[in-house]
Amino acid sequence: MLPVNAPSASTAPAELDVPAGGVDIRPDRPWIVIVWNDPINLMSYVTFVFQKLFGYSREKATSLMLDVHEKGRAVVSSGSREKAELDVFRLHEHGLWATMQQDD
Amino acid sequence: MALRRRRWRIRATKGGYDIQLPDEERELLMHLLPQIREVMEHPDEERARRLFPVAYLNDVERDAEYHRFMREELVASRVAALEQFMATAQETHLDEAALMAWMQCVNSVRLVLGTVLDIGEDDEPLNLDENDPRFPEFALYGYLSVLLEEIMSALSAT
Repeated sequence: MLPVNAPSASTAPAELDVPAGGVDIRPDRPWIVIVWNDPINLMSYVTFVFQKLFGYSREKATSLMLDVHEKGRAVVSSGSREKAELDVFRLHEHGLWATMQQDD
Repeated sequence: MALRRRRWRIRATKGGYDIQLPDEERELLMHLLPQIREVMEHPDEERARRLFPVAYLNDVERDAEYHRFMREELVASRVAALEQFMATAQETHLDEAALMAWMQCVNSVRLVLGTVLDIGEDDEPLNLDENDPRFPEFALYGYLSVLLEEIMSALSAT
């Protein structure tokens, strides 16, 4: 594991707040939001929610829905952690099984 | 001689949506949909699983944090939708926000019912077996699926 870069003495805060999980050395890696297949949600409903929440065209929303249905999952949005968390929340609000993770 | 066409029940009109559901159906929904409140009071029970899904698959700490902050928001959002449904359940004309609230409520209850019935990928809930002891629940699940399709079809028409 790489050592945390020590800031120069003149700018160092009194205490360093290092996250428990270690420092991410690639902070710009985007977060991706994944929707997983679920036997209960209707295909038409999933397509509709993608259009409504993300403003996707019917074609794009349908193609993502088919990925979810046939491949078991699809990446439906990406961005900062805050944006991904809001997208996950809105998908959960509408009953879809969505998770988020940092892109590899 | 024309085939008799199925009459519309929910349709987009200028500035909103017309709703023509019989009173019995509205009463059923007003009885059924508020039960989501009670389900949400027990978020750790199996039947509530799809209402509060995991957000971080491989990160228990972050997932716990997400649920600490968002569980209340998820409940609040569904309660708000339910209140909007109850306030408009007898209306014959709805705006988009109200019909979206209907949609959210119907889908939430459908998710719970589907979880309780353990619906799988190959199940055809509309293919009912009257001798199955769970026949009434399957029928209800099938009904909610049809209603949800009708709502979405109207919402997609604009």
